[in-house]
Amino acid sequence: MFGERVPRREDRRLVTGAGTFTDDLGHDALAVAIVRSDYAHARIVSIDTAAARAMDGVVAVVTHADLPGRIADPLPLLIPHPNLTEPRTQYALAPDTVHYSGEAVAMVLARDRYVAEDAAGLVDVDYEPLPAVVGIDAALGTDVVHEDMVDNIGAVHGETVGDVDAALADAPHVLELDFDIERSCGSALEGRAVHARWDAPDRRLRVYSSTQAPTSVRFAIANIVGLADEDVEVIAPDVGGGFGTKINHPWPEEILVPWAAMTHGVEVKYTEDRAEHFVASTHERAQRHHVRVGFDDEGRILGLDVSFVHDHGAYTPYGLICPIITTTQLPGPYKLGAYRCRFRSVYTTTVPVTPYRGAARPQAVFVMERTMDRVAAHLGLDRLEVRRRNLIQPDEFPYDLHMTFQDGRPTIYDSGNYPELLERCRVLVDWDGFAARKAAAAAEGRRLGIGFGCYVEGTGVGPYEGGHIRVETTGRVQVATGLSSQGQGHETVFAQIVADELGVPFDSVDVVTGDTRRFPYAVGTFASRAAVMSGNAIAEAARAVRHKALRIAADALEASVDDLHIVDGTVEVRGTPARAIPLTQVAVLSNPLRYSFSVEARAATQFAAVADPDRPPVPDGEEPGLEARAWYSPVRSTFASGAHAAEVEVDVATAEVRILRYCVVHDCGRIINPMIVEGQIHGGVAQGIAGALYERMAYDEDGNLQNASFMDFLMPYCTEVPAIEIDHMETPSPLNPLGIKGAGEAGVIPVPAVLAAAIEDAEGYPVVRMPLGPSDIHDLRVANGVATRPAEPAARRSDVPG
Amino acid sequence: MKPAPFEYHRPADVAEALDMLAGLEEAKVLAGGQSLVPLMNFRLATPAHLVDISRLAELRHVDVTERGVVVGASITHAELMGHEAANEACPLLGRALRFVAHEVVRNRGTTCGSLAHADPSGELTAVLALLGGEVTLASQSGERTVGAADFFVGYLQSACGDEELVTSALFPRLGEGSRSTFVEVARRHGDYAMCGAAAAVEVAGDGTIAAARLAYISMAPGPVVIDVGEVVQGRAPADVDLAGMYDLVSSVVDPRDDIHASANYRRHLAGVLAGRAITEAAA
Amino acid sequence: MSAEPTSEVTLRVNGQPRSLRIPHRRLLSDALRHDLGLTGTHVGCEHGVCGCCTVLIDGSPQRSCLVFAVAADDRDITTVEGLAGADGELHPVQQAFSECHALQCGFCTPGFLMVAASLLVREPDPDDDTITEAIAGNLCRCTGYVNIRSAVRRAAELSAAISGKG
Repeated sequence: MFGERVPRREDRRLVTGAGTFTDDLGHDALAVAIVRSDYAHARIVSIDTAAARAMDGVVAVVTHADLPGRIADPLPLLIPHPNLTEPRTQYALAPDTVHYSGEAVAMVLARDRYVAEDAAGLVDVDYEPLPAVVGIDAALGTDVVHEDMVDNIGAVHGETVGDVDAALADAPHVLELDFDIERSCGSALEGRAVHARWDAPDRRLRVYSSTQAPTSVRFAIANIVGLADEDVEVIAPDVGGGFGTKINHPWPEEILVPWAAMTHGVEVKYTEDRAEHFVASTHERAQRHHVRVGFDDEGRILGLDVSFVHDHGAYTPYGLICPIITTTQLPGPYKLGAYRCRFRSVYTTTVPVTPYRGAARPQAVFVMERTMDRVAAHLGLDRLEVRRRNLIQPDEFPYDLHMTFQDGRPTIYDSGNYPELLERCRVLVDWDGFAARKAAAAAEGRRLGIGFGCYVEGTGVGPYEGGHIRVETTGRVQVATGLSSQGQGHETVFAQIVADELGVPFDSVDVVTGDTRRFPYAVGTFASRAAVMSGNAIAEAARAVRHKALRIAADALEASVDDLHIVDGTVEVRGTPARAIPLTQVAVLSNPLRYSFSVEARAATQFAAVADPDRPPVPDGEEPGLEARAWYSPVRSTFASGAHAAEVEVDVATAEVRILRYCVVHDCGRIINPMIVEGQIHGGVAQGIAGALYERMAYDEDGNLQNASFMDFLMPYCTEVPAIEIDHMETPSPLNPLGIKGAGEAGVIPVPAVLAAAIEDAEGYPVVRMPLGPSDIHDLRVANGVATRPAEPAARRSDVPG
Repeated sequence: MKPAPFEYHRPADVAEALDMLAGLEEAKVLAGGQSLVPLMNFRLATPAHLVDISRLAELRHVDVTERGVVVGASITHAELMGHEAANEACPLLGRALRFVAHEVVRNRGTTCGSLAHADPSGELTAVLALLGGEVTLASQSGERTVGAADFFVGYLQSACGDEELVTSALFPRLGEGSRSTFVEVARRHGDYAMCGAAAAVEVAGDGTIAAARLAYISMAPGPVVIDVGEVVQGRAPADVDLAGMYDLVSSVVDPRDDIHASANYRRHLAGVLAGRAITEAAA
Repeated sequence: MSAEPTSEVTLRVNGQPRSLRIPHRRLLSDALRHDLGLTGTHVGCEHGVCGCCTVLIDGSPQRSCLVFAVAADDRDITTVEGLAGADGELHPVQQAFSECHALQCGFCTPGFLMVAASLLVREPDPDDDTITEAIAGNLCRCTGYVNIRSAVRRAAELSAAISGKG
């Protein structure tokens, strides 16, 4: 079934409204509302909760002063780094200072969310405002975000490969360029949500959370509220989109809600609303880059020196992952001669920044691809030709970039074929025929442009994932892995893998993801890693189960293991299908019993089973049950790649951008389910278009977000997203047995670069920032002396005699 | 985001509705709710009472008369869009309504409700202004009619008093030989316009333009009506002085910056849409 | 107990009369989800923009987050749970969305299904522009809409086949 477009197992419950999203639980639970700061930066002078507490239906109103033990400490720094010399994380509830508008200050626990919001409105917080620090310029200025720091520099870091200063000094041509990307956010349609139940007699806590990292949330909660890991269960039920935002954890609510459940002995739930999601989750993308590029007359890059500033908002829970990814992924598919990339990661009084689909790769690709276009323009060469001359060749793998990747390991490209990627994209979009199309349109007074962008993406990041498989005596094959799902079809693709590896019917396989009761060790769903990591772990577990099944069957059938295979859930002797034993029976035999509890089980009991009196029923090194657990822990990430091209029209008068064609050539190694990969690409491209043309976080200078709603945060409808043409190619990964690479972020990564290039091609002036709306384009036209209206025949003017 | 508490009332007829509006403190009219309920969910509006008129049979009428189209207050945008006779008498209605939000919102939102809400980006405000229409208001003290020019008082403020109910709006017919259209530029399909214009063009017997007027949304707190006749009069539609219209309109409108569009861009759009609207209407 | 005004209302949901006593400010979306346990209707924004909460009220698709449950008294309401047949057979739109991989996380899906189902009642053979206009008010973050368009076309085919006009 590997490689088949298998319809999804998840669909039935989702199309019938029978899915279980976190807010679907706990109709009788107490509801939480959070009082959030209205100020970007302020000292909390006092909090008066008396009126709120007195309200009918309110159970409790909690501030930092009420938080016990470690719950009162700052939330964990998830990914420390030696160069993150000034890390800061927020508290579950702010004790004395708030650093962004939206920061949690108090928690209301009430009969339902309506009453909780009423009470939240009565909590009276007295703030003493402090200077807001908004944007990179302010961050580099004199106002300080964190009072115990002298400036706003959280980290300085970079990578150096070769001697870039010498390379630039010797280069025949050098260009200096600046590129600017604005802040955006993932904006899944389901916001964050947490539901907790405390079982007092058992002293166990069960938490449901709309998260991408349930296993890690579990350890965080256990650690912070002071329970044994064993006494905490965390489940990610159906999750309405994650897009990276929900990998961050633990949120204040993920600690406060379980603690409230324990304290009050009842179910407690919190469901973030849309307005909150914009100011209480996380953002990403804001970076400002300066580039010096040195190249020869052929357009070969001799040296590339990039310095950038990364705006990480008010806190750094996720460490430096985003700017590290920009740094290490910026070279893309090119051989650059010397390369240096350095960054400063800075604080601002805005929502904290953690990875959003693409995880700072869009910024890296924007810089690299716009630079390539500039080099081509400078030399008067075709933009694809310049790229071709710089590509890493197919026979140069493994290709070491001599940098440390986000997983702490060397950045070494394992496989790929970048010249073919570029060539296929050139053909798909008919790059060579564009000049004629552009001219024909120009004759009609229309402005057309074409853009191209390519990238390399490190996927399948470690450290590991695991899989557990158990064949029940009923024939159901139970599969579990610890990472979770937010629409990627894991229940389907992992079942495809098991069906193939184990030889069982696809429909007999049940996959559970993201439930610590079923699988306790995992890392999470992010970095396009789930299929690679859990896919391989599950495949390995399936092989182990298969091996055990064949051994048990070999005994029962008195055959040799090498003569057996499994077909449709039955172990058969090759060539003699009559000599067979179904896996249900093998499962029974795998568990020697004293007591029979069913007709089938009778076959395994101590007097019924064929027993070798000189061997123990469960031999050394064996375990009861037809099950196995396996792990996949790669030596390093595996690198996917892609090339996109787009043809756009920019309206001569209104400056609106219309995407006429969007083409993707994509390589994620071997593909388990092409239908699902295409879906991921469609969604990624749509988010890329959104980020290039529509979405930004509009902060005012006081640090207030002016577009915290779907009315003003312009997430595209279907009318804004064009048809998307996709061509696949496969360069299998040599790093894992399935040969797969990740696909989850591919669609989004090069889109801003591609559209900027296309708009620039149409308009004729440099496009160096994203996003761009029609108003921005109009202003650029005016600034660059480009016509803002079609030329008019003189005879039409009313002041000219006609 | 949940609304603050309020008391809901469903009057049996208009008279009872008016009694309620007069007698209850901080009461607001609930028709389709597509403008009001989002504000309530954000707690930007916290009326103590809601008077639901959406089921009042007395207000559920569309009358096509000599003067034009009279739309009762509980008629939804969808119902009006689907009303053949109304659209024949006043084609500008259908042309404008297709820009109002999305289908699902039009299924419940009311045309009179849009007018009463007086959003500067509300397409129907420009239609009413361009056609010189009027709104009928009822209260316990009686009925009065307010012309379009006086109805849109300010940003989200109409002439409708706290104790009054909009019972209907009249959209007058354009004269013989008149043509009309509505054009708009928005960030996303269905969004509030960055600039929009209703256009009415009178075409003379010889096919040239006799008169032309535009009414803009998103340029000011209320609709802005501009007569462009002096620029286009006597011209064939294909021969219109687009630059002249652009200059006239962009010198009259005075829009503001916001996060979606700069004032300069909006002003530019106003000029561009003048040409597009007049050309499209006259075609 | 509570000082805020409540009323008893009867909503005919998926053909079943359901009586509730609820506060006046209770949104229909919350009444369906939490008072009636029909959690298939989802809440994405509560300001009428995303369409996740779309249900049919007397056959007309409307945003349930912008309707107070009291205002829907005595109305026929159809939610996603009411699309499939009594025997569990999927409605053509449900079948088509799955066939065409028009859903990923499934959060926006019920809203799209209601819009598509009601479209096919009005327009059994919609052209692409009509489909676009019908679904243009629903947001999806996962699929990029490409497969959703295909699914609505496919649903029209399936519907036609069922009614024998195929």
